[in-house]
Amino acid sequence: MTTQLPPGMQLEKVDERIMTLNVGPQHPGSGHMRLIIKVDGDHIVSCDPDPGYVHRGEEKMTEYRNYIQNIPHLERPVIHDSCNILYPYCLAVEELLGIEVPERAKYIRVIASELNRCVYTLYWLGIYGIFLGHSTMFMWPMGDRELLIDLLEALSGARVTHAYFVPGGVRNDTPSNFEEKCLRHVNYFEKRLKEYEDIFYQNPVLKQRTEGTGILSRMDAIRLGTTGSVLRSAGVDFDIRKKEPYDVYENLDFQSQVLKEGDSYARSRVPYLDMLESCRIIKDALKKMPKSGSVRTKLKPNPKGGNNEAYRRVESGRGSLGMYVVSDSKPEPYRVKISVGSFRNMICMPYLLKGEKLGNMPAVYWSLNYWPVEADR
Amino acid sequence: MVSKKKTNAKPSETVKEESHPVTEESHPVTEESHPVTEESHPVTEESQPEVAKKEESTLVPEPTFEKSIASRIVSKFGTKTVIGFIKPNRIRINTKKEDILDVASYIRDELNFDHAESVSGVDYPESKEIEVVYHLGSYSDPQLAKQILTLATRLPREDVPNPGKDSTRMSSLRDIFYSVEFHERECFEMLGVYFEGHPDNRRLLLPEDWADVPPLRKDFRIKGRVA
Repeated sequence: MTTQLPPGMQLEKVDERIMTLNVGPQHPGSGHMRLIIKVDGDHIVSCDPDPGYVHRGEEKMTEYRNYIQNIPHLERPVIHDSCNILYPYCLAVEELLGIEVPERAKYIRVIASELNRCVYTLYWLGIYGIFLGHSTMFMWPMGDRELLIDLLEALSGARVTHAYFVPGGVRNDTPSNFEEKCLRHVNYFEKRLKEYEDIFYQNPVLKQRTEGTGILSRMDAIRLGTTGSVLRSAGVDFDIRKKEPYDVYENLDFQSQVLKEGDSYARSRVPYLDMLESCRIIKDALKKMPKSGSVRTKLKPNPKGGNNEAYRRVESGRGSLGMYVVSDSKPEPYRVKISVGSFRNMICMPYLLKGEKLGNMPAVYWSLNYWPVEADR
Repeated sequence: MVSKKKTNAKPSETVKEESHPVTEESHPVTEESHPVTEESHPVTEESQPEVAKKEESTLVPEPTFEKSIASRIVSKFGTKTVIGFIKPNRIRINTKKEDILDVASYIRDELNFDHAESVSGVDYPESKEIEVVYHLGSYSDPQLAKQILTLATRLPREDVPNPGKDSTRMSSLRDIFYSVEFHERECFEMLGVYFEGHPDNRRLLLPEDWADVPPLRKDFRIKGRVA
């Protein structure tokens, strides 16, 4: 009977040979979370993710602040993707309070959100590169990221913590020369992305390390409820921007990126393809955006929601990001539940790492596009 | 909500046709494919005032597909389930904790919802109840891609909680929706809801030496904050 079990499970019965390793929570190889890994020699026998090292009680804090005061602290779980984490909150609050968003604000939101997705993905790509020993792939994304940060800084005034989205639109209009500047930077960035393909994704060493490691099948990806690049790299075409378009995504020209291999290589490639797609979206949105008009519907002071609830989701850099907001006729929300992609993808780690070599751990772990701070909230 | 839909309609009229014929095809949520049964639900009727409903029918298509899903659940389980609301792309079904396993397996096997997006606990100290809310979605059925089915149940709440040992408990849905594993662990530590049959009822995010009440209950106050 034992011969039919996968190799990782057979090893579990041997006791004295097994060693427990704590990877994290302060180890740079895991971010701020701990993986309790049991190894037999070089092979991982079991993996138990232990998040919570950076848990900050975001959901509790929302119950003490009103709908507007919640904005700056809600983006803290993932500051380099701050527009996308505020997006579902704004959509949900708009649904609860019955606020209309001006057309121009919708386009600005899409542009900011796509820029921020690239900023996040470049950061992640830099880390993924350095943990696979590819230092060029650490330097290049970090450098190119500055271009997009410049754009977002021009929009919001802050480099990373933008707090730019508000229920009812965006905080302020674009500066006067924003559109030309944005187009220039995005065109240059698109050219740079093509160079990433040659130096990183076609690199034989990278391919050898990532192809065929940590394979997630299509059925498992669905059953485990994964999301974002993990799901789309396993052959499931599910991009929220396509499937449940919010704001103006249904008017814009783009494709959702799907690969079917399900290994670490495919998982690391989908966010890259997404960035190319983001460039298309931004250029298309700049073309179709109304050139003038209001960007924010003013709210009454201390707006109150009725006895109601809303669940809205967007496609963030790490997959579906949902917010469940319950209101009870008070200025503060009664309950806010943040359901993030990182938390939902964490469930894969024990499955993917079991039976894998310890040396492949960073390749598999970082390919999950996992951000510990966001998962802990 | 009425006004929100009005703005959404504008761009789709102007640009949709030439740039995106694909989106139309990918969601064949047509009325023909899902004929609505004639039974209407008194709960939804009263949640929307008469005037607002008339206006809506001129602007927004009626959520007929959502109604057909909800009516299938209700016709199967009768009084065991109550429709909380039906909005575009969102359905809410309330049920008793004794029936939740049956309802959830029906939702998975017959209605093709295949994963949980989130599991939230909401504390209601006034009515001495804790509500557990499952948001279910579907990857495998393209018709259901937009839909989120909210399955909610209420559990008794005790003033002095003793997580894992008191009456705040329900059956785990982990055998039906595998993806709830970590969500239910989080709900256990944050609200003290014990999930029977969950294989791994340990702390997840909180420190191991946490000895206060479950922090997302309303009687846990953040220090120095008055609200």
